[in-house]
Amino acid sequence: MSEVASQERDRKAEEEQLRAVWENPSGWRYWTSVNNYQIGLWYGATAFAFMLFAGLLALLVRAQLAVPENDLISADLYNQAYTLHGTVMMFLFAVPIFEAVAIFLLPPMLGAREMPFPRLGAFGFWSFLIGGVFVCGSIFFGAAPSTGWFMYPPLATSEQAGIGADIWLLGLSFIEVASLAAAVELIVGIMKCRAPGMRVNLMPLFAWYLLIVAGMIVFAFPPLIAGDLLFEMQRMFDWPFFDAARGGDPLLWQHLFWIFGHPEVYIIFLPAIALLAMIVPTFAGRPIVGYSWIVLAAVGTGFLSFGLWVHHMFATGLPQISLAFFSAASEAVAIPTAVQIFVFIATMLAGRVIFSTPMLFAMGGIAIFVMGGLTGVMVALAPFDWQAHDTYFIVAHLHYVLIGGMLFPVFAGLYYYYPLIDGKHMSDRVGRFAFWMMFTGFNITFFPMHLAGLRGMPRRVYTYPADIGWDWLNLVSTMGAVVLGIGMFAVVVDVTLHRRNKPRGEQNPWNAGTLEWISEPEENWGVRSIPRIESRYPLWDQKDLARAVRAGEWYLPDASEGRRETLVTSVLDAEPEQVLRVGGTAYVTIVSAALLGTVFVALTFKWWIVSGLAGVAFVAAVLWWLWTGTGEIPEQEEKHIGHGISLPLYASGVKSAGWWAMFITMTGDGTAFASLVFGYFFFWTIHSDFTGGLAGPGAFWPLAALGLFAAGWATTVGARELNRRGAVFAARALLVAGALLSAAGCGAALTGPWASGMDPTAHVYPAIVWILVIWAAVHGAVGIIMQVYCLARSLAGRLTPRHDMDLHNVALYWHFMLVTALVTFGVVGLFPEAL
Amino acid sequence: MQSALDPAGEEASQVATLFWVMTIGGLVIWALVVLLSLYASRWKREPISEQAAARLIPWAGGVLPVTVLTALLAYALWLMPSLRPFADPDRAGLRVEVVGSQFWWHVAYRRPDGTSVISANEIRLPVGERVEFSLTSADMIHSFWIPALGGKMDLIPGRTNRLSLLATKAGTYRGQCAEFCGISHAHMAFPAIAMEPADFEAWLAARSRPSEGLGANQAGRGLFERERCGSCHRVDGTQAQSTAGPDLSHVGSRLTIGAGLLENDVEALERFIVHPASLKHGSRMPAYTHLSADELARIAAWLKGLQ
Repeated sequence: MSEVASQERDRKAEEEQLRAVWENPSGWRYWTSVNNYQIGLWYGATAFAFMLFAGLLALLVRAQLAVPENDLISADLYNQAYTLHGTVMMFLFAVPIFEAVAIFLLPPMLGAREMPFPRLGAFGFWSFLIGGVFVCGSIFFGAAPSTGWFMYPPLATSEQAGIGADIWLLGLSFIEVASLAAAVELIVGIMKCRAPGMRVNLMPLFAWYLLIVAGMIVFAFPPLIAGDLLFEMQRMFDWPFFDAARGGDPLLWQHLFWIFGHPEVYIIFLPAIALLAMIVPTFAGRPIVGYSWIVLAAVGTGFLSFGLWVHHMFATGLPQISLAFFSAASEAVAIPTAVQIFVFIATMLAGRVIFSTPMLFAMGGIAIFVMGGLTGVMVALAPFDWQAHDTYFIVAHLHYVLIGGMLFPVFAGLYYYYPLIDGKHMSDRVGRFAFWMMFTGFNITFFPMHLAGLRGMPRRVYTYPADIGWDWLNLVSTMGAVVLGIGMFAVVVDVTLHRRNKPRGEQNPWNAGTLEWISEPEENWGVRSIPRIESRYPLWDQKDLARAVRAGEWYLPDASEGRRETLVTSVLDAEPEQVLRVGGTAYVTIVSAALLGTVFVALTFKWWIVSGLAGVAFVAAVLWWLWTGTGEIPEQEEKHIGHGISLPLYASGVKSAGWWAMFITMTGDGTAFASLVFGYFFFWTIHSDFTGGLAGPGAFWPLAALGLFAAGWATTVGARELNRRGAVFAARALLVAGALLSAAGCGAALTGPWASGMDPTAHVYPAIVWILVIWAAVHGAVGIIMQVYCLARSLAGRLTPRHDMDLHNVALYWHFMLVTALVTFGVVGLFPEAL
Repeated sequence: MQSALDPAGEEASQVATLFWVMTIGGLVIWALVVLLSLYASRWKREPISEQAAARLIPWAGGVLPVTVLTALLAYALWLMPSLRPFADPDRAGLRVEVVGSQFWWHVAYRRPDGTSVISANEIRLPVGERVEFSLTSADMIHSFWIPALGGKMDLIPGRTNRLSLLATKAGTYRGQCAEFCGISHAHMAFPAIAMEPADFEAWLAARSRPSEGLGANQAGRGLFERERCGSCHRVDGTQAQSTAGPDLSHVGSRLTIGAGLLENDVEALERFIVHPASLKHGSRMPAYTHLSADELARIAAWLKGLQ
């Protein structure tokens, strides 16, 4: 009896300690919290606020179009409003809301305490907030971007675009960096932080989808970042990438934009389907039917989405054979989409459906989305698209796809997951009212647009004549928009006036089968103890699991050293590998985000000095962050996590989470680089003499740079090997040599085009050569900072032969750097010689 | 008049048929999916076996769409070459060059005999004859679109795109720029007039000579010259030869002015001349507020007389 009582006491003490470790700071310091629940909520609330703002802009647009020849708002304000509406919905709502939901849900869903890099998540959130406010705020100064969310040059590179174009390019580049940061965190989290036993084929579908989507972000966003770079170089310094008069081509931007833009649609859509894949089984009361089908279909959609971009360019005069190819590819994507829809229908048929509010939104969403999918099949055919392209038919199509395929599922998710936020339900009555208002309002708004488009109404017109058959269609659309707005407003009221006095509901109110329903809204620790998972629906199949987890009977129930910890497991089988200590509350995340934000904002206004200083301060802040917060040598080698398992506290190389983060980041970076190389060859293909008769950088300096960077790579890899064998001094000497060689490499790289007098404003050929060389040199400079950082860590005793994660990560960076150097200098140095 | 569903051209009518086929097929598929979902959502229903449900996925989600899409794709790809058969560039035939600018259209009719007719902001073409358009832009990307006749094609700086249209029914249709090109994108339209071939030939022949109205309203012509309108505009048979702005050689006979903005009459011409940018934002034509009402009326009368 007394033994049981003392065990009880131990449990209590353990729990108190765990709670203290994971506690949020109080007062204003609350905002320095990095915990996934806080970051997820802030992220989600911010994205939601941006969505409401963009919704108001849409109402403004509809008000202007309600009657013909309307002069409610000026053409300029109209153009700003529709540009910002699209931009905000895409970049500040649709993508971030899923990063928010994922950061909030994934740890408990995977049976983890936290995401692997909570501070990176916080940094991403603050970057998103700063960038988003900057972009949205511009409209209050009449300075918002006004050339469409696709920013086509030459209009957007012209004087007419004003500062709005710079705000778009720089503000969104900043947010794209945040999105990439989130993608890195999601991929590492899903691959390495699952509960023991949760093999990939037991992963919740939400995790599968987010893994696919995060992977897509890594390959889809960088082409846009590369495009932004070229674009901004043209706007700021007159480098003629898109100027036809000097060898450039406006179509290059369209290619880069849509190589990003089409996968973007699926980046938005797949996570919404992922929410449905969690909701439908719960209300059908059974596991999903066709788990392998839906995973395969999602992977297939992800791949196909990268091969469709030209269907946005069917009217640009490309050869008919390529139109035929992209028509076929665009039709093909309907197949995996149909598979996903029928997986849901099959699951419902094989179960018994409780038709709750989340299901109402889910089914309404599917009904709308299927309609959008079918019009998508229509516009994928080039001949039909020649008529429909850039008309209100497309406006209707894309809203059916995005609102049915994304917004309704998000609302379904909101009603479904709300109890995880504070243990209470949202109002069922308000939810049903909101649904019917939204559903009817949506259809009244957007259905007539199909007809308006076919009757010849182009997109992006701020007004239209009275007598050509568009008046009543537009009036109906505007009235529908008001109804849709009322429905949205009802949900906002429900969320904000959420009944505080309502009693706390049950822990798992829908009787769901997945692990996230174990998490308690009152606690920050994700899961009290980390269970071993044996099923896709552990709460249904593993009896007593919830109690045992909450009683702390499973792995890692304590935080005896007072540190935030989670388990790292192997990628495929989720066997425990390491106890990972994750970052806690910090200011450095906010400071870094603010400094990086300053860099971008100052660039917009061409405040070069401010921007330069903020850039230096940002690098310093990040180094401080890394120095104090990462690669820490633990006070003991191993830690017991219970049930007789002892795991290392430190890992380097492939086993460490940091190595994976570097790998994924550099994959994205390499994709951006590949996009620039694509630009080089694109110019080569469109001109008979793409050098414009101008001198190139020659072969000598590029090859010298290549040799020096290769030596920089070899010394870094050598330093890692020597250090591992205990030859610490030799390793340090190699790092010094590596930094010097790399510095010489940067010099040689820039000397090539400099010595040949290449003027980047004269023609696109020197401009593209310069941009490639600068890209390589900047990466070389970052490589030098890394080499010096490792040297300093070694000297400070923070990097030893046993604890060498920094050197592993830096060597990995240099592998990518070597490829960058090979391609850059091979292309700029040897390709013109070979011609 | 601007509807793709009321076709008056070969491509438009083929695409309208394609549209109706797809719409009816699409509505049937949509209704089936929604009805099946509603049935599946009913509580009072026996669940089907997991095996039966699993079989539904590859059949309804795989085999069925593959079949339908293959047929549809075959139909559309079979249509494509016949919709826009591009002639050998050396072949003799009427070619219409269109250059887009903010926010108007420069139009040149190149006849097989090597002669040309310059015009602006209006397209005329003969019924029953295939006309090839050659499209480019002087500034931004624009898109040339006459929904009743066929699909659109972009006008891109540095590139020349081709489009081929065959009108099947005489009439006046409205065309419009379909690619956002700046502040007055909404006001970049034009009438497209399909004429019987004989009428078209007569019209073109008349346009290849200076207007007979040049001699009338001489006071207006004097003002036109005094105000240096010719530094941007061209009037065939006069000193005014610039093509920086729209050609005005036979402006009096055009249906609209300001690229589809106003119906063409003397009053509209006066309004446009006084303050172009207030009617059409971003217009590069300066305001002529210093002209007296009388002077305006004279210039407008002369222009209207250029039939």
